[in-house]
Amino acid sequence: MKVSYYPGCSLHATGKEYDQSMKAVSRALNIELKEVEDWSCCGASSAHSTNFDLSIALSARNLIAAEKNAMDVMVPCAACFNRFKMAEHHLKADKDLKAKIEGVVGAKYQGGIAIRNPIDIIFNEIGLDTLAVKVVKPLAGLKPVSYYGCLLLRPPEVCEFENYENPFMLDKMMGAIGADVKNWSYKTDCCGGSLAISKTSIVIDMCDKLMSAAKEAGANCVVTACPLCMANLDMRPSSGLKLPVFYFTELISLAMGLPGSAETFKSHMFDPQPLMRQLRLI
Amino acid sequence: METFLEEVNKKIHGVPLQACYHCRKCTAGCPTASHMEYNPNKVIKMIQNGQKEKVLASSTIWLCLSCETCITRCPNQVDIARMMDVLRQMAIEEGRGAREKNILKFHEAFLAGIKRGGRINEPMMMAQYKLTSGDLFSDVAMAPGMFLKGKLSLLSPRTKDMKSVKNIFEKTKSI
Repeated sequence: MKVSYYPGCSLHATGKEYDQSMKAVSRALNIELKEVEDWSCCGASSAHSTNFDLSIALSARNLIAAEKNAMDVMVPCAACFNRFKMAEHHLKADKDLKAKIEGVVGAKYQGGIAIRNPIDIIFNEIGLDTLAVKVVKPLAGLKPVSYYGCLLLRPPEVCEFENYENPFMLDKMMGAIGADVKNWSYKTDCCGGSLAISKTSIVIDMCDKLMSAAKEAGANCVVTACPLCMANLDMRPSSGLKLPVFYFTELISLAMGLPGSAETFKSHMFDPQPLMRQLRLI
Repeated sequence: METFLEEVNKKIHGVPLQACYHCRKCTAGCPTASHMEYNPNKVIKMIQNGQKEKVLASSTIWLCLSCETCITRCPNQVDIARMMDVLRQMAIEEGRGAREKNILKFHEAFLAGIKRGGRINEPMMMAQYKLTSGDLFSDVAMAPGMFLKGKLSLLSPRTKDMKSVKNIFEKTKSI
């Protein structure tokens, strides 16, 4: 299949492992990615916290740019995904707002393409059977908890993600590549998001709580699909509570034996390589 | 004259706050409620009571993470996360500033980053945040490691059509 690709700012910086592994996995699963032309930032928390029209217009500029490719747009970053879905929701529900935002952006919004996150695309379009067939190195010994966070799921009528209080797509996907996924009740709890910089102590508390729960569930790592969750969980937990954190695509890439899979592990702030060596996965 | 409740309802543009029957499910699930001056349910009550000054001057409206757990679980679909956005925007528009100054400084630095290059360059954005907030030393120890691992780069590709981005900021009268 062919889709438009919106990497967003994080995937070119702190979340570069997600971009690299997303591209490798997509190629191997025959998902052709075409980057959205001249994209700009989605606006993130800072736009919607301070100016509603700005938040919709910044996302609309990108949705309009993506529409030129006339293909569904894959948005790996959970924060960008959430902002795009939110903009789509408001633009489709409110004609006056749509007219106003089109005036601000200087182009028409058609609303004809679907905004999709890669978990949904791999689970529903490629399918776990196809994925399992391509596994050459099952991730035996890896015990992740899957961490979905907030922005892929909520609000549910906007995000349209399955089972928003107890999602399972990521869990099943990790099972399909041979990991021993642990169940826990913190799948959809918040990591603290953008307060990491301006209110660090609160975020440390939140990340410590998540990591303690992951350990209690018997996990030896955490798997995520959000660069914000990754940054916070990788850097903010107190020492002694840290666990390796992976983007789900890094683990799929490793299980599929794709070249360069182990490279992205080197740029994590909390080094996952000792665990992976111990499990003889790298 | 418009009451505070009417003013907020108009801007939320959804289910009016009167639909809240104060079951406090929003507060039970809120990850930052314990750090807040007034919990989310209390804020709804205060708006109903017309306590505009106290609400807009509170830390609560800045500590909301927009995790959207409250609206997801509200039995009456009261959009509390949107309400918090509306309250923050009212505080900014009325020139009241923010009780949690650094949170607003962070948002300002982030938006300035978009205005500058269309996309966020994290080191530049962080430098601006640190200079304006005066919070110079936190996290500095992490920066060299992040540069070495290629997670931070001073030069990152920008949006080419910056005119369209700047237009958006001008036309929406953003900070």
